[in-house]
Amino acid sequence: MNAEVATIKTAAETALAQAYSQARARLPGDDAIAAQRAAAFDLFAKEGLPHRRVEDWKYTDLRALMRDAKPLAAPPDAAAKARAKAAGALLGDVETRRLVFVDGAFVPELSDTAALEPGLSIGSLADALANGDPLLTAHLGKLAPASDVAVALNTALMGDGAVIRIAAGSTAGRPIHLLFVASEKPAATFVRSLVVVEKGARAMLIESHEGPSGSDYQVNAAVEIFVGDEAHVDYVKIIGEGADALHVSTLAAAIGARARFNAFTFTAGGAVVRNQLFLKFDGEDTVAGIRGATLIKGRQHADTTLVANHIARGCQSREVFKAVLDGEAHSVFQGRIIVRPGAQRTDAKMMTQALLLSERAEADNKPELEIFADDVQCGHGATSGALDDDLKFYLMARGIPAAEAEALLIRAFLGEAIEGIEHAGLREALMDSVIAWLKARG
Amino acid sequence: MPLLEIKNLHVEIDGKPILRGLDLAVNAGEVHAIMGPNGSGKSTLAYVLAGKKDYTPTAGEVLFDGKNIFAMEPDERAAAGMFLAFQYPLEIPGVATMTFLRTALNAQRKKRGEAELSTPEFLKKVREVAGKLGIEQEMLRRAVNVGFSGGEKKRNEILQMALLEPRLAVLDETDSGLDIDALKIVAEGVNRLRAASRAFVVITHYQRLLNYIVPDVVHVLSRGRIVKTGGKELALELEARGYAEYQEEVLA
Repeated sequence: MNAEVATIKTAAETALAQAYSQARARLPGDDAIAAQRAAAFDLFAKEGLPHRRVEDWKYTDLRALMRDAKPLAAPPDAAAKARAKAAGALLGDVETRRLVFVDGAFVPELSDTAALEPGLSIGSLADALANGDPLLTAHLGKLAPASDVAVALNTALMGDGAVIRIAAGSTAGRPIHLLFVASEKPAATFVRSLVVVEKGARAMLIESHEGPSGSDYQVNAAVEIFVGDEAHVDYVKIIGEGADALHVSTLAAAIGARARFNAFTFTAGGAVVRNQLFLKFDGEDTVAGIRGATLIKGRQHADTTLVANHIARGCQSREVFKAVLDGEAHSVFQGRIIVRPGAQRTDAKMMTQALLLSERAEADNKPELEIFADDVQCGHGATSGALDDDLKFYLMARGIPAAEAEALLIRAFLGEAIEGIEHAGLREALMDSVIAWLKARG
Repeated sequence: MPLLEIKNLHVEIDGKPILRGLDLAVNAGEVHAIMGPNGSGKSTLAYVLAGKKDYTPTAGEVLFDGKNIFAMEPDERAAAGMFLAFQYPLEIPGVATMTFLRTALNAQRKKRGEAELSTPEFLKKVREVAGKLGIEQEMLRRAVNVGFSGGEKKRNEILQMALLEPRLAVLDETDSGLDIDALKIVAEGVNRLRAASRAFVVITHYQRLLNYIVPDVVHVLSRGRIVKTGGKELALELEARGYAEYQEEVLA
């Protein structure tokens, strides 16, 4: 029965196949890369878009949600680049080193690659592919799961992205901000980035996505990040796409020994969002905080799917994901913690909570533990519910009007996740956008 | 005109009558104690005055300063000068006590058309009041009531009352769960606020609190009605003889 379904191609599947066959000759990269693309495309050709009978995509039926596939984005024109200058406002006055991508293409004139700190190198994926950068040979495609169709499409069609290396012992002084902006023209972009943070190095990376509302553009973004032993990396992703956008993104990380790794995802934009995190704890005694806050309303759909794979012993991971939903919004959290046989003394705790502001909103939480070691501390919890009426009454009894009382409680709810961000300025900027979201809600 | 006037108040929770024809008039400057056995409707009275959902008035009226409070939301009642010290103050994770106090105070001032307090003015005021109540600065930095002991929670209620300076304060079993030292601190906090323009309704099961907050009038509440009213000596009488006779009176 499944085979029968797979043989019928949807309009989006047909369009993606056409896009690949038309573009393959001009996509950057040598023969080895072309072979990697072809293998990835074959997986897509075989599986089609993920649908609800694929367990990991159960709640986000991309096959049904993607009515069509947009043409691959053309290089941005001067007008699109000019408009992109105003992008990144959500970050407030956080000082960053900005790398700007318009419709998936790196725009050097809008980016800040001058006076790089010693040990820091930054380039574009398109250049790295064209020049056969050995960093790609060693790392590209090594972390993102080849079996995931969203990742496969990204590999097949990747055009540009960032390639960043932070040499052993070096520190990136400012957060490095990968700013992806979509122009007015509805198109599809496939961006792929690679970040290699070597032993003892330190960096903060921000990946943000935005674009105009009213355009049903499509983004497929993937980042592979290697965190060396004793490195310290903070990774923040902000999904602030336009109201009609489709956004699928993947963060795949391998984390070395005695490292610190914090990841945070802030999801507020997009019509359909799928945010995937694949984390591998490869070295001992690493401490990680994986968090997220989602604020959606109307008919928005936002899915966070996380796999935390504990391979080495003695690692600690904390996963905290919070969602606030209004209108008919639908949030999904799938979190799987895997503890491999060798990963003794793993300490992993996962919590997911959804706050439903409307009776028509829906939250699906699916936490899972797969434990194959015996000396571990693991736990998970999931809650979903409305605002606490008693708390609201307590605040109102002190003179705080209903809307303000609700806002205070919602901020407190999300604060628990947002407080995990180490950068104070960014924490405040995100809190400000929470406040703005609450104001817009009325 | 009394500051608070309750006439023939009937209140139901989930269709079950709790208050059944309660009458009470409290003038500015007075302290009224309401005593009664468990289940007599004491906390219901406190909640219905503050405006808690699901406490449904089915008959009668409550006038605060001549205005029908049932037409007002809980926050509007607070801004008009009503305050309830909760029997079980709630914990609000993630909301710092200072933020809570300041939001409440400024929301009330705004509604009354007064200017919001500046940060230094606010801090000065909080420190002054907190100091008198033995509330550490460290406590104010924590989330509202989170990790507070029972006594700390009650002191925090009095702190809120002192900051918000209500015209009518209803204290719902503020003495429950307090040791004698905490009780004295709380009572002193209340006594400092006694004024000709302000009234208190002190709800309690035991007479003990009334040694420290001496009432002008004592009422006995039983089965949803005031069944007896007297002076402060009535509290002593209740302490000595218990509530049994009042419960039977209604039954008879």
